[in-house]
Order: sequence, then structure tokens, then C-alpha cells
Amino acid sequence: MSAATTTPGSQPVVEITGLSVSFATDAGNVRAVDDVSLQVAPGEVLAVVGESGSGKSVTAKTLLGLLPSTATTRGAVVLSSKDGSTRDDVLALDQAGLRRVRGRDAAMVFQEPSTALNPVYTVGWQIIEGLRAHGKISRTEARAKAVDILRRVGIPDPEHRIDHYPHQFSGGQKQRIVIAQALVLDPGVIIADEPTTALDVTVQAEILDLLRRCRDEFGAAIVLITHNMGVVADLADRVAVMYQGEIVEQAPVRQLFSAPEHPYTRSLLDAVPRIGAGGAHARARAAARPEGWADQAPVVEARDLEITYPGRLRQPGFRAVDRVSLAIRPGEVVGLVGESGSGKTTIGRAIAGLTTVTGGSLQVLGVEMNGVKERHVRPIRHRVGFVFQDPATSFNPLLTIAECVAEPLVVHGRARDAAAARSRVDELLESVQLPRAYGDRYPHELSGGQRQRASLARALALDPELLIADEPTSALDVSVQARVLELFAELQERLGFACLFISHDLAVVDLLADRIAVLHRGRLVEEGTGEQVLGAPREEYTQRLLASLPVPDPVEQTARREAWRALV
Amino acid sequence: MTTPTAAPTPRGWRRLPVVHQLRQSVGLQRVMLIVGLVLTGLLLLSALLAPWLAPYGYGQIRSADTGPFGAQQPPSAEHWLGTTVGGFDVLSRVIWGSRTAVLVIVIAIAASLIIGVLLGLVSGYFGGWLDRVLVVIADAVYAFPSLLLAIVLAIVISGGQSSMIGGVLAAALSITVVFTPQYLRVVRAETIRIKSEAFVESARVIGASNGRIMFKHVLRNSTRTLPLIITLNASEAVLTLAGLGFLGFGIEPTKAAEWGYDLNRAISDVTSGIWWTSVFPGVAIVLTVLGITLVGESLNDLADPRLRTRRASADVTGDVAATSVVPGGALTAPGGVEGLEPRTEDGR
Repeated sequence: MSAATTTPGSQPVVEITGLSVSFATDAGNVRAVDDVSLQVAPGEVLAVVGESGSGKSVTAKTLLGLLPSTATTRGAVVLSSKDGSTRDDVLALDQAGLRRVRGRDAAMVFQEPSTALNPVYTVGWQIIEGLRAHGKISRTEARAKAVDILRRVGIPDPEHRIDHYPHQFSGGQKQRIVIAQALVLDPGVIIADEPTTALDVTVQAEILDLLRRCRDEFGAAIVLITHNMGVVADLADRVAVMYQGEIVEQAPVRQLFSAPEHPYTRSLLDAVPRIGAGGAHARARAAARPEGWADQAPVVEARDLEITYPGRLRQPGFRAVDRVSLAIRPGEVVGLVGESGSGKTTIGRAIAGLTTVTGGSLQVLGVEMNGVKERHVRPIRHRVGFVFQDPATSFNPLLTIAECVAEPLVVHGRARDAAAARSRVDELLESVQLPRAYGDRYPHELSGGQRQRASLARALALDPELLIADEPTSALDVSVQARVLELFAELQERLGFACLFISHDLAVVDLLADRIAVLHRGRLVEEGTGEQVLGAPREEYTQRLLASLPVPDPVEQTARREAWRALV
Repeated sequence: MTTPTAAPTPRGWRRLPVVHQLRQSVGLQRVMLIVGLVLTGLLLLSALLAPWLAPYGYGQIRSADTGPFGAQQPPSAEHWLGTTVGGFDVLSRVIWGSRTAVLVIVIAIAASLIIGVLLGLVSGYFGGWLDRVLVVIADAVYAFPSLLLAIVLAIVISGGQSSMIGGVLAAALSITVVFTPQYLRVVRAETIRIKSEAFVESARVIGASNGRIMFKHVLRNSTRTLPLIITLNASEAVLTLAGLGFLGFGIEPTKAAEWGYDLNRAISDVTSGIWWTSVFPGVAIVLTVLGITLVGESLNDLADPRLRTRRASADVTGDVAATSVVPGGALTAPGGVEGLEPRTEDGR
């Protein structure tokens, strides 16, 4: 069946031989996976890493026969059951055969737990559904099994919680339930497709811990699909690096991190931002500041800022920002970090006048934003630039890049129309290192990193004194992120604008920011230079946040994991 | 184009709505679209060239050389499709009738499109009480049967006189009233969705005025589903016009040809074995509606990537590089930025 050798003593649970996958698209056939061969031994955690478009997710989906009908496959994907009694080539199975194999031999954990669970059924029903699909089992027996599995994945009070609906659980708990769903049939291998990408760092650490227990206690092998090298260092035994549909390197985790062989692996590891890398940079910048810099009038000054979203039908509103005081001085980069729901984006939007301020005071370039009319904000609009999180949606898809970048110039009367602004647009594109010819393209014809650079060009078109960057690199691959961050730092140095840099990634903020402010549930927890906040955190929340962050180094991460356990 | 492979990003005329979809379609979907386009094209051609195509005028009952046509004559060399009970030539009436139908379609669509899109845009963009009022009115109009409305309008506009303009406007405006809420709802929903997109927010941050945001950024992006509604709208307009004529609120035969009126006059013929007076106008109505509906249905399916069929490849083929990223961004690629081929030329 397969030419690949098996580990002596135990045969692999997954054996992929010469797998190629191509998709029929509007623009012709596109090959996503090219001649990939992989093996997963029982109880092993194999991480498949790569950037978007590298074919890692397609490979994982092939294991369960989840490819869409537009896909054409070649090669063999052999799944063995846990006890080794059956071996099936997934690519050759019919629908009934696939149903038999799914759940029993291999199960899937999806990226987004909130969409992987059906909102109209209780979580217990959804776990039991899987049990009843594979063989006869009585109602009480199935329920007992479901309660047991929920307890083992760490859901408190499972006897009652089993009858709750998905929306009654937090994001991390939902991911635990999805994992429970995968574990309940005791599969030989669990395929986890970016299982922690949608989760906050602190929750991510808990889920990684649970996945490790899946292997230790349930004996399941795990195929971990991820782009996060920290997660790989934390969990994986062996790593396969994918690039352009091929596996370029396979190695045990310690060997891969200490001595990467393939140049792509090396550049990928180099691109990962590490905490502590920005300390020297920030110190040099602080030393270069002229005398009396700190006494200048701040560009942005928030005093006891409060932002409340109105509640529905007499319910109390949601307070997204709670008495935050913060100042940004001219030419200073302030990093705002926090987990989802901490209010960091809300603050950025309030400074740009996109969200109404409901309490306290927020001065932006001398204009009080509390109770301000759009009429009064407009005069300062040209002095504030904004870079949005997702470069894919922040451009009007029907305008060319040049027209999009020219938009601020046209709106503020610096140019009559997009054509008249073209020379300035070319200059701007060159300053963000995009060739002039890209101006004639449409946004969808550019890659994510290129689009984000164009977005930066648009934000800088009017020479703003303040730039608000809302998670500008979180939608980008690490290697692209590294380039954009480098460019960003260079432009900031040259043009000297003040900047509020919003991110959930501590390492990214550390690279750029002069000062870091940590938000937690709408409150400002800690503020200081990168070395103060990240080097010696005073607050308990900051300490927990730092300890939860996996570092891209398996040896160091093992030590950190122990420290994290002690803290939680 | 025989294979859909290696199609560059369409430019120029290839990006036009229907042409683009035609190039994109394969198999049954393509057949449906082509049949629909051919039928619709025939309708438009016969409307445009009616004076040259039709052997006689729509109100003509006698020719200069042979005298009166005679009533209920079976198909013959002179009258290919026979004559009606009133002594009109059926073929000429069917061809001239397409002109009335197209006129109704154009007026109905133009009026409801302009009113509906503008109201929808304003309603969705500004929201508030104006939005609420407009939506309530739209819902109320939904409950109104269009034929009843058309009858009322026919009486109001033409005072019972069945002139060509009166009949056409009655049908077209009643359709306008019924269809404006649909355009309003669709455009409003799209506007609300697009209003929260990042590119609209970025326009707001830049400081663009509401008018500029509405027309430059929102309107052009919210017209995606309009072609489908326009086709539905068009077939409904034809049916209403025919219904009006059939109920006797149509246009007098001396003012314009109209299929519904002819059907109405042919009721008594059916029982006496005279088939040609009813079949041909009926077929004309069916083919018109069928053609327009087929175009609409296919456009709808093709616009949705989940419904669109693609030619499946026999084996694993295709280029890997096109989907993948360049390590370190475009700048560290071999040859730097200059080394990168424009995506439109490298086989995407």
C-alpha cells in the first residue's frame, strides 16, 4: 500500500504518501499541495507550520476527506485506527466509509470555536450526537460518557453544564467543548487546525495545556496546524515546515529551532518577533530626545476617559473603557496592548472620532472629543492618520490603489482629482517601498503585506501629526509582518509623527513602542517603558499575560511553562 | 474561449456584468444563460425593428391591393399566422406587441431603480426615523397586489381611455410602486453592511463628506444584486401588462399592439377551434418571461461562488507559486520588486 517505512513496534496512525491537491478556480487550476509525504506516530504531536497559502490547512482537511468538490487529489492518505485493526485510504473511500472513519480514527478541532458549535443545541446533545453516529449506545450511557469527557477537558460542574447552550460558555470553554467532542470517540489522531488563533494569549496557554493532556491522558496523536512558532515550541514533538505546497523541512522540534536547515525555515524563525528585542531601540530613542521634550503639550490626552456602549431595552450599557488616563506626546510611539474586549480598539476609534466619548475628557490635537460635533472634528482630520487592521477590507474594491491613496488629498482640496494627485501618490508609494506601477492595480491584485503598505501610504498622505494603527499586522504572515514593522519604524523615525500602536501581540508592541500601556477589561492596568512593563511587570495581570505568551524556543518554553503553572 | 484557464483579471468590456458572467460560466449554467440571452435579444430586436419586420401595421385591417384581411383567417401565405377576430394580422400584432412590452419594461425599471436605489441609500446610510418611516411604507406596499394597483392607476391616468401612453404608464407605474420597495430593501441592506466596512470608516477618518462617501464608496459597492432584481422586475412588468390587457384595461388595438388584449379577444375563438389567435401572443408572453427569467437565474447562480459550477480538472494540475507568499515580503524576493512579475501577467 505504501512504500514508506513504519516505525518499528508501532505502525503510524497517519501515513500520507505523495499527496497532491489542486483546485478548480475561476482563474484556472491552482495547485495547493504538491507531493507531500508525512507520517504521524501514535501519541505524537506533529506541527505543520507555514504561512497562508502554503497548503497546510488543505493537507489537514484531506485527512478527513473534507475537501470541496472543486478539489482534485492524487496520492494516498492512510488512516489507521487506534488499535491498528483497520487501515483505510481516505482518498479512495466513499461517503459511507468516510463517515465511519471520521470521529473514530481521526477527529477535527476547528479554529473558531464559536462557529464550530451549533447554537441551537445544547453542548451535551452535540457531544452525544457524535457518539450515537458510531454504533448503538443507550441514552443514559451516552450522557454519562459526555459528562465524563466534559469533566476531563476541564469544564466545571459538567452534570449541569451539559444542558447549557454554546453561548453560555466563554471562548476558551467553547474550545474545550470542541476538543471534548473530538475526544469522546477516542480517535487515534486529532487534527487541530489553528486551535488557538482565535483565542486570547491567556486562554491559549490553557488550551495548549489541555491539548498536551489529550496526548498524555488519551494517547491521541495530534496534527497541529499553525503559523505561530511559539505554539509549535510549546506543544510539538516534531515539525514539518510547508512552503508553496511542499514540505521543505521535517525535524524534531528542538533540532528545528536550534539548527534549521532550509533557508525558508531560517527566515521564518528570524521573522518571529521576540520580547525584549525593542529595549535597546527605545532607550536610544529616549536618550536622543531634546531637553524639555516631556513638557510639550501632548497630541492626545485622555483624562478619566469613559466609553459606554448603550444597552438594549433598559439593560445597562456596556462600559468598554473605564476611567483611562493616557497621554501621547509629539513624536512618541505608545503601544496599547490588551486581550479582546479590553477596550484598546475602542480608544483608538474614539481618538479618530469614530466612537462617541461618553465620559471624562479626551483632547486630540486641542479638540475636546467629549460631546464634539463632526463639524469640529473635520478641521483636525487631516492631522490624524489611521491604519486599519484588515488591509483586505480597508480599500474600496472598485478604486485603484492610486485612487485610494489620493482620496485624502482630494477630500482636503490638495488636488483636484486622483489624476492630479498622481505625482504625490507615486512619491508616497515609493516611500512605503511599493513600485509606482502598483498604483494602477486594484486592491485585490495586491498581497496582504502590499495592501497594508498602501494603507500606510494613504494614512501618511497628508503628513499627519498623529497616526493610529489598529492591529496593523495581525492579519499578516510573520515574514510579511516583519517587513511592515521595519518599514513602519523607519517611516516613524523619518517623519516623526506621534503614534498610538494598538496590538494584542506583546512582542510586536515591544519592537516599536517607546511606552507601553496594558489594558484589561477597559481599565489601564500598567504603563511604562517596554523594559519596565515587560521586563519587570508590577501588576499581577501583566505577569500572567507575559507568562502565557509562548516563546519560539522549545527549551526556554519548557521552563516558562512551569513558571506559568505556578502562577495560575 | 474554450477553456476557462489562465484568464487574466478581466479588463475593459470583459468586466461588463453580463459579458463577464458569460465568460465565467460552464456547462448547463452556460446553456441556460445563452438561451436566456438569445430570447431576450430576439425580444429587443423585434421591438427595435418592428416597422421593418412586421408585414403590416398593428392597427391595419386592410391592404391597399387586396382589400380587407377578413376575420379569423387561418395561417396562409399572406398572413403567416392568420388573422384575429377583429381582422388584424396576428404576426404583425405579435411583433409590434414586443415594442409595447419593452417600453413598459424600460419605464418600470428606470423609475423603480432610480427611486428605490436613492431612497435605499439614504435610508440605510443615515438610519434613524427616516429609515423607520421608509421601511414601514415599503412593508405596507408589499401587501398590495400589483394588478389591483395597475387597474386603479389605469383609471387615474387615462380616465378609462385606453391610449398607448395611458396603458403603458399604468402598467409601468404600478410596477414601479410595487418594485421600489424591493430596490429600497436590497440597497438599504447592502448599504448598512458596507457602511460598517473598514474602507468606509477609512473614508470617514480621512474627512470625506457624507455625499462623497455615499456615492463614491457605498453606492458603487452596493449594486451587486441589482441585475437579478432587474430581470425579475422585467418579467413581472410584462405579466402585469398582459394581465391588464386581458382584464380589458389594456390599450385599444388602433393605438398599439398588446399581447394581453389579443388574448382577451381570443377567448371565444378557443372553443371554436381557432387556435392561432391565442397561441402566438401567449407564446410571445411565455418566451419573453422565460428569456428574462433565465438570464436572471443564471446571473444569480454565477454571482454566488457556491452555486457557480467550474470545470473540474481530470488530474492534479496548476501552478503552486501563484497562491503562495514570498518569504520576507516582496522586497527580499529574487530580484527585489522588479523581479516580481505583475500578477496579471504571470498566469493568475
